[in-house]
Amino acid sequence: MYKYDNYDQAIVDARVAEFRDQVNRRMAGEITEDQFKPLRLMNGLYLQLHAYMLRVAIPYGTLDSRQMRMLAHIARKYDRDYGHFTTRQNIQYNWIKLEECADLLEELASVEMHAIQTSGNCIRNISSDQYAGAAADEVTDPRPWAELLRQWSTFHPEFSYLPRKFKIAVIASPEDRAAMRLHDIGLELVRKDGELGARVFVGGGMGRTPMIAPEINPFVKADDLLSYIEACLRVYNRYGRRDNIYKARIKILVHEIGADEYRRQVAEEFAHVKTLGIDPPLAELERISAFFAAPAFDAADVEPDRSDPDFAVWLDQNVKPHKQAGYAIVNISLKPIGGIPGDASSAQIDVMADLAEKYSFDELRVTHAQNIVLPHVAKRDLYAVWQALRDADLANANLDLISDIIACPGLDYCSLANARSIPIAQKIATRFADAERQRDVGELKLKISGCINACGHHHAGHIGILGVDKKGVENYQLTLGGSGAEDVSIGKITGPGFDEDGIVDAVEKAVEKYRELREGDERFVDTYRRVGMDPFKEAIYG
Amino acid sequence: MVEFRYRDDEVTEQPSVTLDAFLDQSNASAVRLEPDDDARKLIPFLDRLTLIEVAFPKFRDGRGYSSARILREAGYTGELRAQGDVLVDQIAFMRRCGFDSFAPEGSLNPEAVERALSTYDQYYQKAADAAVPVWKLRHG
Amino acid sequence: MKLLTGNELGSGAVTWWTGNGWSIHVEDAVDVGEGGESILHAEEGARRVNAPYIIDAIATPEGPRPAHIKDRVRALGPTVRPDLTLKPADPAAGDWII
Repeated sequence: MYKYDNYDQAIVDARVAEFRDQVNRRMAGEITEDQFKPLRLMNGLYLQLHAYMLRVAIPYGTLDSRQMRMLAHIARKYDRDYGHFTTRQNIQYNWIKLEECADLLEELASVEMHAIQTSGNCIRNISSDQYAGAAADEVTDPRPWAELLRQWSTFHPEFSYLPRKFKIAVIASPEDRAAMRLHDIGLELVRKDGELGARVFVGGGMGRTPMIAPEINPFVKADDLLSYIEACLRVYNRYGRRDNIYKARIKILVHEIGADEYRRQVAEEFAHVKTLGIDPPLAELERISAFFAAPAFDAADVEPDRSDPDFAVWLDQNVKPHKQAGYAIVNISLKPIGGIPGDASSAQIDVMADLAEKYSFDELRVTHAQNIVLPHVAKRDLYAVWQALRDADLANANLDLISDIIACPGLDYCSLANARSIPIAQKIATRFADAERQRDVGELKLKISGCINACGHHHAGHIGILGVDKKGVENYQLTLGGSGAEDVSIGKITGPGFDEDGIVDAVEKAVEKYRELREGDERFVDTYRRVGMDPFKEAIYG
Repeated sequence: MVEFRYRDDEVTEQPSVTLDAFLDQSNASAVRLEPDDDARKLIPFLDRLTLIEVAFPKFRDGRGYSSARILREAGYTGELRAQGDVLVDQIAFMRRCGFDSFAPEGSLNPEAVERALSTYDQYYQKAADAAVPVWKLRHG
Repeated sequence: MKLLTGNELGSGAVTWWTGNGWSIHVEDAVDVGEGGESILHAEEGARRVNAPYIIDAIATPEGPRPAHIKDRVRALGPTVRPDLTLKPADPAAGDWII
């Protein structure tokens, strides 16, 4: 894992002092809320329905146990004893006081964490593959590149007042576990003639105009990367639309001028930017990479004893192969049946920290599906890990099943929402509570957003649900056929919307239709793609 | 009115003209760029300009930051002024982009400006100022 | 009726104008009629409230009920965490929102 040096620490410490000063000026009335808002947002502090909400960055979703324990401590001391893990691998606290926020940030800084650029019209936290460093299919660990980008983007003087927010994801596997092409910039690290570089995709996103990012460059060399990304951003900063907030994301610019023209403009800007010497030497990427060296794997390759049936079910569903023999990747589902997707109590956060320290080389990951990963668990320890998780209500064996739902906070917390998301997730999970039925349905990614901003990734759900406000009453639209993975696609709306109970019934009808129509080992989305919308529509509305 | 200036030379008294007016005629030595003006159009004339004023009608509109960097990257050494809705907490970013004078619409507290400019000693990225980026400090 | 609501600047807590101050209980809110704007500006200027706005509400025997579900959620708390609402002991409190 990356460790701060004195430079990194000084910058984060200075940020705490700066934010404390900004808060003091706001409390004293020296600046208005209109002026303070972009300042607090650039530090992840929102004013939501019930209180201030703080979003803490978890760069590329990687944490050690000390940092995880700090997240539990923050939940206990400054919030109401829980936190909410988000689709961009961050954590949110829902009940933060402005007057305590600087103290909180100071505690975070003591474990090399911050809330820098977790909101606002700037470059947000860099997200990545939660299996980085553990996945068998990766060409390299993407996190050093993500850290390079984190440093470059932190307080970037030219790109802190962009037309709109800007999200970057970095992966290094053909399998996309980070919804890479639904980001403003998606990077896929690839090897060409032995050299590592990045495929660059620009202009993806969800929101009210979902778009899949087109490839803008098939290969950018490591020592050109920052110049190239800087060129991508400069073209956007100058020409992205500022007349309409709904058209201000880079996807609209790329779409309106076309990928070819955008590519041409970036190439022209890059030719200039490359002369400025903004790229660090490769030694910097090597310095960062050294922090991500593989741990000292030494466990014998033993298969776990499957005699406990509950453990065996969990093993088959939540544990994934590791690139190192003798090890496995453990997924901890934060989706108990009837629970709140992505929420964890401080006690649970502490349990996960302890397990990471004891069994996973002190590492944890947050996933974009709002779950937690222990990336490097010896197979001989899997049973002990499962027992500890079970005792903390964290052994839900539903990874990638219909109850492993992504849901935004919705109208229960969010001031932008039009409808509640969490109760819908709870009702659907409860309807499909039977574990065998869920497993029979198989991989089914269900994603719920409480408004058109699509924080719940509904466009990318095999089944997506969008909450809308229909004359003051919550109403839910259904979409089918989306995907955020390497088979990326945008879901299509089935037809008229439903009320709260109606949407649960509609989901069940769609699932039953799939069970009737599926061939071989087709997943829900495969069947949908083969047969199209009509049979589902008929089942739902007929 | 120029409230903060980080240059030793004399203030240009000449009023600035619009980019279109400048390109049409003129032998003006001061020009004003609006957010949607293309700063690169000034590049052939930089050596006879002593003041380029970049307008910030709304603090949220960040195009002027790119205009400033483009001008400094092209070698402009004259006064580069940020004018308009310029806030205390933006001045450090603006300095890094090459602005060396500020004419904010609302009056700014000089102490707050001084504090904002001295908050950070280190910067991650190379920009238009003289700061040495952290990666260079690490690797020499 | 019309209510004036906002958040406390320091704590962020949801507050309601009571005619001579602010309360976290919507039951204490009073009808501001057409006079809301001037109270809003004075209170915001004095930083006794943050991000204030005026909403429609319906008078009921139990007190004012905000017309929009969003403000009812604000008034009580998250429907999915009754324990964190202003009425944790009342399991039926959430019915008031829907």
